[in-house]
Amino acid sequence: MSGTRLSLAKGLNAGLRKAMDKDPKVVLMGEDVGKLGGVFRITEGLQKDFGDHRVIDTPLAESGIVGTAVGLALRGYRPVVEIQFDGFVYPAFDQIVSQVAKMHARSLGHLKMPMVIRIPCGGGIGAVEHHSESNEAYFAHTAGLRVVSCSNAADAYWMIQQAIETDDPVVFFEPKRRYHERGETEIDEGGSPDLGLYDARVAKEGSDLTLLCYGPMVKTCLQAAAAAQEEGRNLEVIDLRSLSPLDLPTITSSVKKTGRAVIVHEAQTFVSLGAEIAARVQEECFYHLEAPVLRVGGYNIPYPPSRFEEEYLPTLDRVLDAVDRSFAH
Amino acid sequence: MSDSDVAGHAGTRGRMAGAFEPSPEMGPTPPSQISGHFSDDNPEMVQFVDADGNRLATNETNAPYAQIVEDMTSEDARTIYRDLVLVRRIDAEGFALQRQGELGLWPSLFGQEAAQVGAGRALRAQDYAFPGYREHGVAWCRGVDPVSLFGMFRGVNHGGWDSNENNFHLYTIVIGNQMLHAVGYGMGIAADGDMGTGDPERDAAVMAFTGDGGTSQGDFNEALVFAAVTNAPVVFFVQNNQWAISEPNDKQFIIPPYQRARGFGFPGVLVDGNDPLASYAVAKDALDKARSGQGPTLIEAYTYRMGAHTTSDDPTKYRSDAEVEIWKHKDPIKRMRGFMQERGHADPEFFAAVDAEADEVAARIRKACQEMPDPELPTMFDNQYTEPHPLVEAEREEFLAYHAGFAEEGGQA
Repeated sequence: MSGTRLSLAKGLNAGLRKAMDKDPKVVLMGEDVGKLGGVFRITEGLQKDFGDHRVIDTPLAESGIVGTAVGLALRGYRPVVEIQFDGFVYPAFDQIVSQVAKMHARSLGHLKMPMVIRIPCGGGIGAVEHHSESNEAYFAHTAGLRVVSCSNAADAYWMIQQAIETDDPVVFFEPKRRYHERGETEIDEGGSPDLGLYDARVAKEGSDLTLLCYGPMVKTCLQAAAAAQEEGRNLEVIDLRSLSPLDLPTITSSVKKTGRAVIVHEAQTFVSLGAEIAARVQEECFYHLEAPVLRVGGYNIPYPPSRFEEEYLPTLDRVLDAVDRSFAH
Repeated sequence: MSDSDVAGHAGTRGRMAGAFEPSPEMGPTPPSQISGHFSDDNPEMVQFVDADGNRLATNETNAPYAQIVEDMTSEDARTIYRDLVLVRRIDAEGFALQRQGELGLWPSLFGQEAAQVGAGRALRAQDYAFPGYREHGVAWCRGVDPVSLFGMFRGVNHGGWDSNENNFHLYTIVIGNQMLHAVGYGMGIAADGDMGTGDPERDAAVMAFTGDGGTSQGDFNEALVFAAVTNAPVVFFVQNNQWAISEPNDKQFIIPPYQRARGFGFPGVLVDGNDPLASYAVAKDALDKARSGQGPTLIEAYTYRMGAHTTSDDPTKYRSDAEVEIWKHKDPIKRMRGFMQERGHADPEFFAAVDAEADEVAARIRKACQEMPDPELPTMFDNQYTEPHPLVEAEREEFLAYHAGFAEEGGQA
């Protein structure tokens, strides 16, 4: 099956299937993940092929889903939990922060939490309230968790398998508006991943300015870089992939090279991943910077009704506007 | 629900609404006038011995469990008595060590020994227990060294035992979180096929501990839902000790916990939590059912928190001494001893030997607590992740360099 072009959703599905094939302890849990295949069809066909003991339709209670996944993990299982939408994870926040994140440390290393919490994230699909949020910073702020975000089908395919294989709990953000776009990356299912789970990817090399982004914004930034190229600016685009830990060596070596950095994410900018990255970059790259580190993100208001979202979310033009402001220095 | 059921609930509410007003002029207060004590003369409560340890007549309520009690050997009885005495003594040591500054906090189990030992001795080695933070008696029955309980209250760790050694999970401080862990673990037992095989060495169950306050939590209620729909082999053991810090039962529920189980789809049993025999028998029966694949049970062990919530609490602010006096008469150790004397299960030498052993255990754990070393500082960064994490490693290095800097300065001075 070498060289298949899949959508990001199909890449995840194939990755989950492969992980379940490899390890009988991998179980999927969530609302509607069975016959329906999840509301985004990420688990489509898996219950049919693996049985309802491995693809578990749970009661509609997020704390219950994550809390029972903790118990399954303590029993030796590797639960992969689907949270139906970003805005529905909060009932499980207590279990994630108080138990999942702390279990390994509070047990002096005796216990492990090999759990993946999948969260379809971000806006851009015209959804109703609570269906478009980018809440990754809450989890990146929580020690004990690892937080990653895929931006394309090939990464989705490999990263979900890598996340399942790690013994640490991983919060896995999936850009829902990219789920069903036509796949642009080839996946060699017989091959192996070209990067570790916590490595950033230089998605496009450049010399003049570094765009730092992840998840749904990677495509937007690649488009912005292509547009800037026409104006004679050679932008480098870094897909962070891992939000905790951050791949600081890749980030700082790029910014030291270009001297300019713009961080782009859908989440609100205040106390965001962008804030953390800006702090780290100024600390590590102070004498290389030609301009202040800038951020482009959601405005610092609750996610607005969807008729506003085109203006609320960072767009190609807003990214280019920030690039212009950087070069104005 | 029939009209008579409704009337019954209304009657319960009416009694609970008669809140107890403490007053210095009052003498001992009849149980029926005390807030929340609606179960005291509840005919649905399983009991086997009276306040002096005399075997109560077998009746409709305790009959299903009577054989378990009658099958108990002298050795079984002596085991339970010894546990009761030792855990009370261990608990008293914890309290004293806090007062002497050796521990930062101690949540006392005083009064709840029978409920915990009954439940703890009903568990088999392959079963798993998920405690809150007051389950020192269950910990003892599982074989956890009391000294390792002290670690978290002394501040040297957040849980100093390997929970898989004794199938006793770490204490859980966020109320109710562990109920879901227990159900998930039980789902794992079922998925592993370790339920309903008929093999007593293989079939396993889980016991989840919380209190009356815990029954208000979302996680508790979600746990009951998940357990019911998955038929997980879980026994929910609610120690209703009447007080969630300062809040009595009527601030937590209108329908008592054991009656709520039916609404989730499985049986609830009310047991006298100060009756060691009843607590053991009811717990054993529920665990046997869970292991055999008959699903969950909720046990409400009706008991009383004789001490403060923790060493930081002051119960004189919210409850009367008279109430505490009443519960002294229901003391679990007195009842167990009376039962054993009535049945000839032990001679005076046995009781004396247990008291002497309690002195020895107390001396040992006191010394071990006082000698418990502070952790080596860099270990603060240990075990945060299972694989190296660059931020943690960088901060560990910074921390070491920072402290090394002081050492160098000291050397030059």
